[in-house]
Amino acid sequence: MSFDKEMQEALVTFTVESAELLESMESGLMELENIENPEETINAIFRAAHTIKGSSGLFGLDHIVRFTHVVESLLDALRDGKLVVSSDLIAALLPCCDHLNSLIEDVANGNVKENPEVTESGNQLLQVLRPYLETPAAADTNVVEFQEKIESVETIAGNNIESGNWHLFLKFNENCLRDGMDPLAFIRYLTTLGEIVDVTTFSYTMPDAETMDPETSYLAFKVILKSDADKETIEGVFEFVRDGSYINILPLENRIPYYAELIMSLNEDSDQLGALLLKCGIITQRELEDGLKSQQVRADAQQPTLRLGEILVEQQVVQQPLVNAALEKQTQIKDNKARENQSIRVDAERLDKLIDLIGELVISGAGVNLRAPLSGDDILQELTGEVMRLIEEVRDSALQLRMVPIGTTFSRFQRVVRDVSKELGKDIELIISGSDTEVDKAVVEKISDPLMHLVRNSMDHGIENAELRQQRGKPARGTLRLNAYHISGSIVIEVSDDGGGLNRDRILEKAIERGMVSANANLSDQEVFALIFEPGFSTAQQVSNLSGRGVGMDVVKRNVTALRGSIEVTSQIGIGTTLRINLPLTLAIIDGFLVGVDQSTFVIPLDRVVECVELPVDVEHRDYMDLRSEVLPLIRLRPLFNISGVLPRRENVVVVDHGGNKTGFIVDHLLGEFQTVIKPLGKLFAHLQGVAGSTILGNGKVALILDVSTLIESIDRKNTALPRNLTHQST
Amino acid sequence: MTAIATTTEQLPAVQADQQTAGAGQYLTFVLAGEIYALGILNIKEIIDYGNVTEVPMMPTFVRGVINLRGSVVPVIDLAARFGKDSTQVAKRTGIVIVETNDDENNSLQYIGIIVDAVNEVVDISQQDIEPPPSFGTGIRPDFINGMAKRNDRFIILLNVNRVLSVNEMADLSKVTAGNLEHGSS
Repeated sequence: MSFDKEMQEALVTFTVESAELLESMESGLMELENIENPEETINAIFRAAHTIKGSSGLFGLDHIVRFTHVVESLLDALRDGKLVVSSDLIAALLPCCDHLNSLIEDVANGNVKENPEVTESGNQLLQVLRPYLETPAAADTNVVEFQEKIESVETIAGNNIESGNWHLFLKFNENCLRDGMDPLAFIRYLTTLGEIVDVTTFSYTMPDAETMDPETSYLAFKVILKSDADKETIEGVFEFVRDGSYINILPLENRIPYYAELIMSLNEDSDQLGALLLKCGIITQRELEDGLKSQQVRADAQQPTLRLGEILVEQQVVQQPLVNAALEKQTQIKDNKARENQSIRVDAERLDKLIDLIGELVISGAGVNLRAPLSGDDILQELTGEVMRLIEEVRDSALQLRMVPIGTTFSRFQRVVRDVSKELGKDIELIISGSDTEVDKAVVEKISDPLMHLVRNSMDHGIENAELRQQRGKPARGTLRLNAYHISGSIVIEVSDDGGGLNRDRILEKAIERGMVSANANLSDQEVFALIFEPGFSTAQQVSNLSGRGVGMDVVKRNVTALRGSIEVTSQIGIGTTLRINLPLTLAIIDGFLVGVDQSTFVIPLDRVVECVELPVDVEHRDYMDLRSEVLPLIRLRPLFNISGVLPRRENVVVVDHGGNKTGFIVDHLLGEFQTVIKPLGKLFAHLQGVAGSTILGNGKVALILDVSTLIESIDRKNTALPRNLTHQST
Repeated sequence: MTAIATTTEQLPAVQADQQTAGAGQYLTFVLAGEIYALGILNIKEIIDYGNVTEVPMMPTFVRGVINLRGSVVPVIDLAARFGKDSTQVAKRTGIVIVETNDDENNSLQYIGIIVDAVNEVVDISQQDIEPPPSFGTGIRPDFINGMAKRNDRFIILLNVNRVLSVNEMADLSKVTAGNLEHGSS
């Protein structure tokens, strides 16, 4: 099979899209067991499988179509309620997702041909599914009594009637003759609409001659009509005798494919089944209303509601295949609608370009805004103000474009937890919160691997096995939590377990044994726990294939640090461990507070700022002050950043919060709030501590954003370095 | 690959670690009384000196950062990088924005260098280029691609990827930052 370039491109889209669909299928399957009303989820899974099958067919990937078809049929049965959701069923379906994924990956790698080995493994998976599929379908017992006596309408198809296109079944009102209406007249009238190909008369309701009433109509007719008229018109013929009569107009069997095609080709944006059928002229407005009415009646009577399609079939106004076709069309429309709402794929580079351009626009705008008042033109000033407001809105929404909720990353772990807990023979539940927390897409992509390490680690080492848990008086089922939230202009991701907690003594013992710390070093809990992130450190007694080789935690730490984030551990023995990753929201806008030192301008994240006070005159050479009878340590930015220049008459103190402790920064001027777009400083400044990035001010100058935490920490370290060194040397 | 990329690769002036520079067009500039030149293909643009934001706790050769139409570009004081005195800003002082190759991931990076004055773009032919002397120029020999003779004067042809090696400069900054942190205690 040869693909030209265009096809290749389409194929790439197909593989990307399919991978996404599979992901949603997988997360849907994981959800299924735990939700009360799984219909919507089952539908979503079904739609995903259906779309994959459809698109594969488009590319002639028959092996994928074949495989997906079986999965789809199973899902269809699930959707129709013929099967119930069970954990076995899900366990059987999940590997199918994996298999599909590998099939699609194969395609992505350019192997559009079928690989017999892969097919074989696929067939094995399908074998597992087979028993589910063979469950006998619930017999449809809803047959109208009237019809038991006659042949089913759908099966009437003679050779001589091929040329016709409408099938009419007429059983007139018994009293129609008395009312002055002759059935024959109606049938004759039909000829004005087209040609009657065949008429069969049924006389089985005719009683014996003695009891027969000549004024009663007993006969029923089956008419095959060849006509270009639509259903509505034909139905109109029987307008006057409808009451009490059974008038049934259906397209002929051999016309069904034509109508099915018609339905599929409809360019309709309504996803209502009735509207679709009506639009094709398969049912009439009256039939639709009747159907809806009887649906309503059922609902009122608290009977199990039937779907409109089922009712229409039951009322013999439309055949099942057509309903099926319409249903398929309906899902297709729904799918399209859903996709339109979901997303548009955009190259990340274009997005960056856009954001850069908007950044420039903001700066030029600020320039205009400065000049406008000088012109003395009021209208110009007003317009400039409006433009500035719009520019800011554009900037905000452009920055929003890069932000994605972290939920997609989290939900991937449902599967991981399920698989790993099976592997470990532990019963572990994953609880996810804060899925809506938004973070830059680049961060989401890079944090996935470290998270995987942490999750696996917690499951393997953190959570004990069931017996031990019971001994310790904990529920047998372990709990793992993933949580995310925004704090101080950064995102915090927590991985916590209710396991055994970190054993401080054992970590210390191991660290001493490996010569990582000296035997009599006096370390805080925090410092001890931080040792687990050192390279080559592992306290696990047993090395499993999941973790325990001492590879991982240091990699996690390195990855997090590379993102300019930090990681910390809190743990209580016997109760559990929480790993907290703190990451900056790169490229996010933060609200900043501008301060000036001589000619330089710095930005302090506003959420860190507690208050601003004037520097008391008596604090000349001391590095602390009295803030409402609290001791406030001070950091002078001027000497720290080596800035010369004349001291202003009064200096100011910006009080910032750092992990619950207050620190004051001494600056020259307070310049107010500023919406800050973080621009990374680049590799050259990667080692620079205390500066989180830079931003461009309205006047086009670059201002540095202070990283309050690392700045204070580095000064802390500087102050404690001396005594710590002494203790080390004495050992 | 595209034709443009091929031609760029073949032009000797941008060759990263070539010992001697080849013929081509060079931009000459003055720095502390000496004339230097950079291959024209490495140069993005030349702007007036101004609006440089100082970045604290960096070595002296890192003068700061500027806003180049929305992106933040580091500015290097080339004289200080060569171990001479810092450049004094005067009327003709300019910033030459240079494209360098990041050593690791091969991505292009813009860096600004401060020069006392920009002279002209000159054509230098192969026979005018001498290999760099091992000492005597006052700067590290690995910074030099070659010496070009022009109007009875030597022009020092710089190896831009060595002079502006981000990795090396970042390592130097690390030392500076470390000194600042621990040095005083």
